Formats: sequence, C-alpha cells, structure tokens
Amino acid sequence: MINIITIIITVLFAPLAGAVITGVDRRITARFQSRIGPPVLQPIYDVLKLLGKERVAVNAMQIIYVIGSLVFAILSLLLFVLRSDYLILVFVLAFSTVSLIVGATSVRSPYSKIGAQREIIQILAYEPVIILMVVGMYLVTGSFNIGSIAEHEGCLFAQLPLVFVAFCYVLTIKLRKSPFDYSTSHHGHQELIKGLTTEFSGLQLALIEITHWYEAVLFIGMLSLFFAHPLWLGILIALGVYFCEIILDNVCARTTWQWMLRFTVVLGFSLAMTNIIWLYLKY
Amino acid sequence: MKLIQKAAGKSPWIIHYDCNSCNGCDIEILASLTPIYDAERFGVVNVGNPKHADILIVSGSVNYRSRRVLENIWREMPGPKVVIAVGACACTGGIFSDCYNIIGGVDKVLPVDIYVPGCAPKPEAILDAVVRATEKLVHKREELAARQAEHVAKLRAKDPKGGRNAEKQ
Repeated sequence: MINIITIIITVLFAPLAGAVITGVDRRITARFQSRIGPPVLQPIYDVLKLLGKERVAVNAMQIIYVIGSLVFAILSLLLFVLRSDYLILVFVLAFSTVSLIVGATSVRSPYSKIGAQREIIQILAYEPVIILMVVGMYLVTGSFNIGSIAEHEGCLFAQLPLVFVAFCYVLTIKLRKSPFDYSTSHHGHQELIKGLTTEFSGLQLALIEITHWYEAVLFIGMLSLFFAHPLWLGILIALGVYFCEIILDNVCARTTWQWMLRFTVVLGFSLAMTNIIWLYLKY
Repeated sequence: MKLIQKAAGKSPWIIHYDCNSCNGCDIEILASLTPIYDAERFGVVNVGNPKHADILIVSGSVNYRSRRVLENIWREMPGPKVVIAVGACACTGGIFSDCYNIIGGVDKVLPVDIYVPGCAPKPEAILDAVVRATEKLVHKREELAARQAEHVAKLRAKDPKGGRNAEKQ
C-alpha cells in the first residue's frame, strides 16, 4: 500500500520538481548573461503550448519511441524510489536513451540521424563510468540494492570520492550541457539545428521535455545517494552540483565528440577505476 | 484545456528567415534577442527549426528564388502559427519593389499577421510585434481547437459506432 502511494506521488510530483529545476536553470543562466530571464514556470508553459500544437508526425512509429523513452525514464525513477536494484536501474535508464535514439533514426533527416549517432557516442562514453560507480558502491556496501546502499553506515563519499567526481563529470554529458551539448542543445541554433529532436514536434517534443524532467529528478537522487545521512544534506549537495553544472554550461564552448570521448576515457574512466582499485586493495 | 489555451501565448518560439534582406533588419532582429532587450522574459526562444517554431519572422522582399524556401518553411511549421513581416521590404517590397526579380512583400506569398514598418525597425518595435503575436497565437489556438472539434463531430455523425477511431482520424 505504501509502495502504491509512493508510486503515485513520484509519477505526479517528480515532473513538477523537474520543471521547477529546469525553470530555475534557465533563470540562473539568464542572470549569468545579465538578463532578467523567463518566469520559473516557463518549462511548464512550453510543454502546455506544445501539447496544444497541431499534431504533425513524420511517421507512425515516431511517437511510440518517444513514449518508450518516457516510460523507461519513469520506470527508472520508480526503481530508485522503491529502492530496487541499482544495476537494473542503470540498464533501464539506458533503454530510455536508446528508445529516443531509435526514434530519431527512424526519420530521414540527416540532422536527426547525426544527432542520434552523437548520442550513441555519448552513451559509449558515460555508461562505463556509471556502471563503475555502481560497482564501487557494491564494493563499499556489499549490495546492489539501493535500499542497502542508502542505509549504509557512514558517508559513501568518503569511500568513493574519485567516483563521485567522475559521476559529476559524466552528468554533464548525460544532461547534455555545454561543453557536451552536441547531440541536441537546450539553446537555439547549433550546427545540427536541434540534433536529436529536430524531427519531433508538438506532442512528441512535449513528451521528450517531460522525460528530461524525470531524468533531472533521478540524477539529483543518484547524487544524493553519496551523502545519504542525513538525506536533506545529500539533496542539498546534489542541488549544489547541479548549480555547478549550470555554471559550466555558461562558461564553456561546445567541444567535438572525439575530444569528449578521449577525455572521458582518460579522466572519467581512470578516476573511477583508480578509486575502485584502491577499494579493492583496502578490503 | 483552458491552461493549454493560455499557454499558447506564453512561449512564442521564433524562427527567422532572411528572404532577400540587406541584413539591416536581421541585425535588429538579433539585437532584440540580446541581453539588453531580453526577449526570453516573454518565453521567446530562437529555435531555428520550423517544426518547433510558432512565429515566422521574415525580413526582406520576396523574390522568385526565396519564395519556394519561404513557403516550405511555413508549411513545415505546425499550427497555430503567426507570420511577422519585419522592415519596409518585407511589408511592401520597399525600395526594391520595382525590380524585375521581386515579387513584392511577404503578403504576396504568405498570410502576414503583423507588419513592422521601418528601414530598419527598432528592436523595441520588433519586440512589440512579437508580444502582439502572442495574443494572435492564443486566438489561433482557439480557432484550431474549434476546427478540430468540428472535424471530430463530423466524423462521429458519419460513423456513430466508431467513436475512438473518429478521434484518431
């Protein structure tokens, strides 16, 4: 019964929280550029407007992939909230992205296809680091279960500082923030028009936007897991990390995917691996 | 439903097409998006993708080459959509109106909703046009909703049993 209530609260309120996070993000970005910026609820206005647009689809299958992406994102957040298996969560989250990629490649637009290919390269870069993070947590707590990880005595960050840094770095790629916003960008013009989302419009784009809201909440949760005692401190630190991502978004120019892949393998992968080897030797 | 109606005017995403302009108007359009004027406080985003856009801002007079592109962009935009003609050339053809290759203003090709005269118009005037366009967007959204409801009702009348199918068509 408690589980059902948790599910309902998560499904209803997580996107609202995600929308506010995104709205504050846009507001802070505006302030960095010495502008006033849009209202905090602007992302909600955007989605409502998109829902009211004329329905235009390039092909009949497009919407199914978009819904798939949304459903898998909700499912991964539910797995997190219901304290299920962390590895399963990582795989379900990957499904969500893959679904969007398949949707983007189902059309004939070259912009959409190149965006999708870049997204695949992004997955290639960040997925090993996320899995290494889960492995690191297993080495410390002896369990893949999120409940056991959250209830673990002592601060996970003390045992996994390098993994935390690597995860923060990888989060920039996952959130598609500058310097890694080349598959699709939050901002207007770029070399691929809108990359991955070029051929999605109206309802489809609204669903993609809602997917991003769920993901934002999930990432805040994943970050706060490093500082689970007390939880409010973890959430506060996670929001601080998100703020740093916004700063990074504003001060960086876009890089190439070759640079990203090289840098992630060298920095992200080796940071996480060093931490895990250290843990392995310690225990 | 009412929220969707209201939100139609709250996030005008614009696409800008330079038909045949001398770049004077284009510079002013981009100036209205800079931090000084901050168009984003009205929810304006310069998307550069017709499939995401609500407002088409056109500068320059239309000629026989740019006509095809202009029409194509307009067709790719999902409704409700608004066209703004910025500058004397886009409004009437301007100084080029008698040239052999010029068709005329944008209204010779597309249904223009808002004209911004001037050579070149001030960024304030362009921003004002965008804000006016948001009112038009709300109005057009109401029309679209009414048209869709009418269409569904017509299909229902034709085939009373196929309720779910009627909505799909």
